[in-house]
Amino acid sequence: MSILWAFIIGGLICVAGQLLIDLTKLTPARILVLFVVAGCLLSGIGWYQRLVDFAGAGALVPLPGFGHVLAEGVKKAVNERGLIGVITGGFTAMAGGVTAAIVFGYLAALLSKPSGETP
Amino acid sequence: MNQSEVAKQEYALLVEQASPGSKVAGNCLRAFLVGGGICVVGQIFKNALLALGMANDDASLVTACILVVIAVLLTSVGLYSKIGKFAGAGAIVPITGFANAITAPAIEYKKEGLVLGVGAKMFVIAGPVIVYGAMASVLVGLFHFFMR
Repeated sequence: MSILWAFIIGGLICVAGQLLIDLTKLTPARILVLFVVAGCLLSGIGWYQRLVDFAGAGALVPLPGFGHVLAEGVKKAVNERGLIGVITGGFTAMAGGVTAAIVFGYLAALLSKPSGETP
Repeated sequence: MNQSEVAKQEYALLVEQASPGSKVAGNCLRAFLVGGGICVVGQIFKNALLALGMANDDASLVTACILVVIAVLLTSVGLYSKIGKFAGAGAIVPITGFANAITAPAIEYKKEGLVLGVGAKMFVIAGPVIVYGAMASVLVGLFHFFMR
């Protein structure tokens, strides 16, 4: 059951991104930024957690889920350390995912050959 | 071929604006199927990790890392760009798209050196995401501090 809801909700979040690409002048990079900020703010007011409870990876794997992780991290840090947590919580929460992406992306760059296309 | 999916979509957008014509429904269907499918892969890994006795937050993080590794591998062999061409936002919006956006320019700009090539260009797209994510998290933190 968790897999079905992950499919439906995760798919719908991607459709929202596709609609923004097709119907607005927002570029994909802006949509990524928008989705992370939206996920963070929705999580800040407690709404995104409900979607996560319901859809699991369907809400966590798309980029609003990254924003959710930031919001949860900063709330936890504020509860533990007060105002200091405001400036430590977000980065602490994203540390694992971002470091993994940097390390494996870097290794891939060392081991792969560029395609030769001009980016 | 390793150019990031986000950059490719920016180009596709220019093409689309130059030659309008509605392919929106088909684009959305493919984004739904592939994006949903990536989330299903994530849910399967997460369920397996939870079954192994891992705590919920740890299982979420490890799941994200597994998806990142898969996306990096697919990017480095040139397959992620094929998925992206088919799926559009379905390949961009999941965390695999974020990993692709870091890996593709890192590979492509290797020729400009390890510092200003790989090191800097990795963050062409990931940088803004991290900057605005940090800004939003500080807002949420302040709100939580004063409102809790």
